[in-house]
Amino acid sequence: MTGSSREMTGAEMVVQALKDNGVEDIFGYPGGAVLPIYDELFQQDDIVHVLVRHEQGAGHAAEGYARSTGKVGVVLVTSGPGATNVVTALQDALMDSIPLVCISGQVPTPLIGSDAFQECDTVGITRPCTKHNWLVREIGDLPRVLHEAFRVAQTGRPGPVVVDIPKDVQFATGEYVGPSPVIEHKSYQPKLQGDLDSIREAVKLMSEAKKPIIYTGGGVINSGSEASHLLRELVQLTNFPITSTLMGLGAYPASGKNWMGMLGMHGTYEANMAMHDCDVMVCIGARFDDRITGRLDAFSPNSKKIHIDIDPSSINKNVHVDIPILGDCGHVLEDMVRLWRASSAPAENKALAGWWEQIDKWRARNSLAYAPNKDVIMPQYAMQRLYDLTRDRDTYITTEVGQHQMWAAQFYGFEEPNRWMTSGGLGTMGYGLPAALGVQIAHPDSLVIDIAGDASVQMTIQEMSTAVQYEAPIKIFILNNQYMGMVRQWQQLLHGNRLSHSYTEAMPDFVKLAEAYGCVGLRAEKPGELDDAITEMISVDKPVIFDCRVANLANCFPMIPSGKAHNEMLLPDEATDEAVANAIDKKGKALV
Amino acid sequence: MNAQHKPTGSAYFIAKETEQLETRTLSVLVDNEPGVLARVIGLFSGRGYNIESLTVSETEHEAHLSRITIVTNGTPHVLEQIKHQLERIVPVHRVVDLSIRAREKGHEKPLERELALIKVKGEGDHRVEALRLADAFRAQVIDANTEHFIFEITGRVSKIEQFISIMRPLGLIEVCRTGVAALNRGPDGM
Repeated sequence: MTGSSREMTGAEMVVQALKDNGVEDIFGYPGGAVLPIYDELFQQDDIVHVLVRHEQGAGHAAEGYARSTGKVGVVLVTSGPGATNVVTALQDALMDSIPLVCISGQVPTPLIGSDAFQECDTVGITRPCTKHNWLVREIGDLPRVLHEAFRVAQTGRPGPVVVDIPKDVQFATGEYVGPSPVIEHKSYQPKLQGDLDSIREAVKLMSEAKKPIIYTGGGVINSGSEASHLLRELVQLTNFPITSTLMGLGAYPASGKNWMGMLGMHGTYEANMAMHDCDVMVCIGARFDDRITGRLDAFSPNSKKIHIDIDPSSINKNVHVDIPILGDCGHVLEDMVRLWRASSAPAENKALAGWWEQIDKWRARNSLAYAPNKDVIMPQYAMQRLYDLTRDRDTYITTEVGQHQMWAAQFYGFEEPNRWMTSGGLGTMGYGLPAALGVQIAHPDSLVIDIAGDASVQMTIQEMSTAVQYEAPIKIFILNNQYMGMVRQWQQLLHGNRLSHSYTEAMPDFVKLAEAYGCVGLRAEKPGELDDAITEMISVDKPVIFDCRVANLANCFPMIPSGKAHNEMLLPDEATDEAVANAIDKKGKALV
Repeated sequence: MNAQHKPTGSAYFIAKETEQLETRTLSVLVDNEPGVLARVIGLFSGRGYNIESLTVSETEHEAHLSRITIVTNGTPHVLEQIKHQLERIVPVHRVVDLSIRAREKGHEKPLERELALIKVKGEGDHRVEALRLADAFRAQVIDANTEHFIFEITGRVSKIEQFISIMRPLGLIEVCRTGVAALNRGPDGM
């Protein structure tokens, strides 16, 4: 179809544009203002529509789909509440740089502004939570806008876009033009190639480093699998230690010898200490988020910093960097690897021996240790067992937000990119279940597990019904401690252990709930039951809700308390009740 | 005041700003499409940046381009962020910091002018005084009857501020100002 043009209705154009942009699956929910598009979907077989139970679920499912495939996730919702329900997912995608195209119906153009039934100012509401959005008032603009939407969503720093289409425009007839292979956008032109002189300068600084560290983020994943491949090559060439943000897990394999684990608030001791003490920091596709830096004025005080990012506004935003390199991680890494090979940098960098010795001492601190328990399942133990029993499979992991998310990040090792879907920037409880659904739709034969908390999972649990309808055998592995665990942990740290509204008194019976949805419910209450139950969960070819009853009051350590620096971590073996109670001073209590 | 200056309101701005505030004039070339001004203004309010003055009008009709002139203030670090954040907006073509550009060319600041319409009661002795001062400020009378004048005045912001404050005791009724229009000196465009 590309390049050809013919007469069709606006609704036909939407479906045709989806096909022309390579879309195979979309997530949505019908309503009055999108019925013409749904009518077109009904009359074709190329695009599979997944009917969710709530539009937020459609958004997160599309995010999971996008993150596990590298493709654009597509959402279709109606006007008014359809559009407002998807806002959380749009902001989530914006903060985590996930490419989404959300098509929303709108009341007919003559009714816009009249407070019509199911009318809302969709472009107004979604303006700050999208990379860009359009209200299409003329049928003549529709094909161009649809193709532009896909381009804006997936190029540069990826992000969500909204195309709001009034119902009369869906019915109107006009000339459809396919996507143009020539990019003609005048204002929007993201820069991909990094400045070679800056890269050369960076390579020189790296080759002279005595205590270097590589710190990577979601940008490496977003850049595509080639970027992860190049990153591995760079680590091998330089023998630098490497850590990553929550978003970047999997770009470098957890089994790699230079891997130090995740950094930041709940990162490992070795990663955070190395960040603090390093002399050269190479930040690749990460953005110095406050969860990563801790106290800014004590963040890595003695290092020269190199920052590779595609978004100029990320550079020097929170932390001053010495060598900024503006460009796509993949392109810059390619140049960096080439220049490193061509440079006189030693193949086996002996100068780093002392640094590695220091790192090994930090590693020996074993900061993820926890006290095992024979009678109660420790959440960390559950993560370890889940990892051991699924690591050799074709597994994708999603999570909700809270303690379970941090334990998953700490204890589940990722070997490949695009295998780990979690809400990093926005921290959206309720993300993981619909995201798992989206992943499973994209990878029907893979094992897809949502590592969940009992509180988070109830925010979007209605999507179990969607999973049953589409025979998507997602596994919802709930670390059930009856509390909003991370809220409770912060109340213990900050508010004198006054557990204000963080305990769920009326917890549903998750096993019965699973059965009510037509899924399989499993439960494990003792450490001894865990392996068999996990094995059963894996073998069931149906959606599963796994109620894993864990120690109620376990805390997630190590932790950099708010307002503290990387070298002021609270470690599990030092976290006595007294230390926990006094970990955060008055000033830190004001922080989030 | 912008969010960066609250000492411990949020972990995002934990470091105290020690840099001095500066005033800058930015020229932003945008596609003249619905909502583009809302995007720019929303960015400023959403991220806690200041707007001292803002003017906008389509300047190239054929190309559907509008030019937005924003006078803002902030620390050099915040001002750099503002520029980059503006550049992220999809229909934004170019952002030029006219103040920096002027300095690079050896000028103190860009050429900045504002127009104001000022309605003054002007009765009795005040009537003569208002007219005399308007003449000294090169303000034009564009409407008048026996009970009022409307003056049109163009000039630098400081001149307009001064004229308004002088008119206040003479019976100032209302003021309408356009905000700052700015260009840099010399033959080059933005």
